[in-house]
Amino acid sequence: MRGRPNLYVSYEAEQSLLPTWTQRIAATLVVLVLVLIPLGGGLEVGESSFRPLGFLADADWLKILTQVGIFAVAALGLNILTGVAGQVSLGHAFFMAIGAYTAAVLGGEVGAEGFFGPRWGMGLPIWIWLPAAGIIAALIGMLVAPTAVRVRGLYLAFVTLGLVFIGEWAYRTFVSITGGSQSGREFPGFEIRLWKEETPLLDLTRDGPSWLVVNWVDWLLGPWINFPDEMSEEAKTFLFVLILAVVFVVLAKNLQRTRIGRSFMAIRDRDIAAEIMGVGDAKAKLQAFAISSFYAGVAGALFAAFVGRLIPESFNLFLSVQVLAMILIGGAGTVAGTLLGSSFVILLPRLVRDFSSWLTETVEEGSGVLAWVGDFFVSTGQDDWGLVSTASGLTPGLSVAQLNAVLYGALIIVFLIFEPLGLYGIWIRIRNYWKGWPFTY
Amino acid sequence: MTVAAAERSRTVQWIGATAVGAAILAAVLIAWKGSELLLDATANGLSLGAIYALLALGFVIIFKATQVVNFAHGAIAALGAFFVAYFATVLNFPGRLATGLPAWLQWSLSVVVAVFVIAFAGLVIERVTIRPMVGEPLFAIAMVTIGLDIVVRTVTVDFIGADPRPLGDPWAASTRELGSVTVADTEIVTFFAALVLVAAVAWFFRSKTGVAMRATAFDQEAARAQGISVGRIFAISWMIGAALAGIAGVFSSLFPRAATGVGPTTAFFAFRAFPAIILGGLDSIVGAVVGGFAIGLAESFAGAYFTWSGLGSGFAGIVPYLVMLLVLLIRPYGLFGTEEIRRV
Repeated sequence: MRGRPNLYVSYEAEQSLLPTWTQRIAATLVVLVLVLIPLGGGLEVGESSFRPLGFLADADWLKILTQVGIFAVAALGLNILTGVAGQVSLGHAFFMAIGAYTAAVLGGEVGAEGFFGPRWGMGLPIWIWLPAAGIIAALIGMLVAPTAVRVRGLYLAFVTLGLVFIGEWAYRTFVSITGGSQSGREFPGFEIRLWKEETPLLDLTRDGPSWLVVNWVDWLLGPWINFPDEMSEEAKTFLFVLILAVVFVVLAKNLQRTRIGRSFMAIRDRDIAAEIMGVGDAKAKLQAFAISSFYAGVAGALFAAFVGRLIPESFNLFLSVQVLAMILIGGAGTVAGTLLGSSFVILLPRLVRDFSSWLTETVEEGSGVLAWVGDFFVSTGQDDWGLVSTASGLTPGLSVAQLNAVLYGALIIVFLIFEPLGLYGIWIRIRNYWKGWPFTY
Repeated sequence: MTVAAAERSRTVQWIGATAVGAAILAAVLIAWKGSELLLDATANGLSLGAIYALLALGFVIIFKATQVVNFAHGAIAALGAFFVAYFATVLNFPGRLATGLPAWLQWSLSVVVAVFVIAFAGLVIERVTIRPMVGEPLFAIAMVTIGLDIVVRTVTVDFIGADPRPLGDPWAASTRELGSVTVADTEIVTFFAALVLVAAVAWFFRSKTGVAMRATAFDQEAARAQGISVGRIFAISWMIGAALAGIAGVFSSLFPRAATGVGPTTAFFAFRAFPAIILGGLDSIVGAVVGGFAIGLAESFAGAYFTWSGLGSGFAGIVPYLVMLLVLLIRPYGLFGTEEIRRV
């Protein structure tokens, strides 16, 4: 072992973003792998190609990974409010909706007609509507913050719950913004039109030549590595979201090292003690709500733009709970845990779907012990009882979507009971085990 | 003047002020749209408020005894309504077992059976998910109940199936005239059933177990030292809470509230009772009942009087939340809740 772990000889070393070499290497590897995925899951060096992650580069997986990036931003925002500042919020979906509809109004098509009449749209470019989505959401968040000063603890959870329901009424009512109930509206796509109003400088919404950045890298490394000349829409969108997500991760991580971040933690741990030490209760909560809502607004705008068309009912309580599940399953208060949690929660439906359809196939082929055991879990027809059903129509058992919902709920319960620090806590335990190995501590 | 006398006179003042306020409001509303609409809205509000009061009562009992904020209350209510629908229409066992009885008694029998089942479900929920969390921060336990809400709600929706299930009650959509007001039979049943249940809960709190529960709510350790089994109190409070939620779920799936019985949105109906709980204060039984009726009346009046089309559909549905926000800003612990004394 090199040196002594956890021995810091300067404040800078202790406060650095990634204090140990393991963390630095791991972070670099993760970013490298994520960048390689849209390039085809690997590299082509000279004549030979090496694509170990090729399967992730298809449009389906890229879309899921993009969603992970978007929800990671949303979850980081909630983590700042709930995990770091300790203010329980069920209203994250509301702030995401504010961001999404700000983006829709600013970036939407001019003069579009919808089912319920004209829709507002100003046709502004992404570099205006994306930051604006965050800023407007942050302003609304600052309006809500004073209630958090007055209303404490679990009462605040009810206030934010109320926001979600009041929001649902507002989306139904302001049809020229939201497109109305069950109808929805189109959201602006990812296209960057810097100074070129008609022809986008950079259009992420269709397949085409690879990105400027990649061209630059291509010029540098081109002689040795062959980069793809064309990139799909999904790959470009993923790269864009990835860059944004990395920026937000670094910001969130940095926040915890600043005076503001430490004041959040002080408020979380004991608000009266914090006030006595000179941390302003109202000020800290205002900042926490503003920053958290900014994240939520940006994530909401990204999500809406990524999906393209959303009905207002998407911003319901379940969305809030989903984001909450991310930070609780991942580990509240930690950035790494939040990232783990958002990957887990977004990937779970895909894994459940794949697993249950695989199990159905096995059962229907009907041979071996696996098929026999699987039959207890899968319902394949009207008269077959089972936990989950992949067949269409009314069959006994939960549908795959319902099974996902049940799993979210059950995982929240299981993690809170057995591992309150979430996936991050499990990792810490594994790490501590191997740190002292072969001794138990 | 003694403290008790001062308190009593303050209560009298409060009641008097509320009565005067209500009278002025009534006069204004009559002058605006006539007395018929007012009576109509009041009758509707009372029966709606009765449901909210039942939901709030169950919630507050659980919160008082175990300090758990139960976000799964609405889901449990929907599950209770589903059990009634299942027993009364699919299994039809009260009809098979008790053939001679009148229809309403048969139906009540299936409600009673369903209430026992839902109380048992409450017991199981408490044992499996809440008991391991004793001693954890309140916030963490509340998060557990959020997870529980998703699980129970999803399973209930799956049980219900694609279409809402009628509850098979004998009153269906029949109405009768009370003076100038048309009232649904189910509304009358709801209101009186709620009164009976509130009285039963009030009586229960004077019984030996009820006193033990109040002692537990006051101080768990001191209650243990007096020989009270705190675990048993937890179990009983969850059973009572779940039973009350189930009954409220049944009434919220009957005619004027839901046209087609218990469906996927029944659980969200119960979410509207949260403002009632907050309005009265999380830990006040009186507050739960008063809050429930107040929110019910507020919602009913908003539905009757705020008919301006610019407000869009379903504005009455968010009035409870608006009232809640307003009250919380003025009194952060609700109308009757105990103020949390924060010590350094």
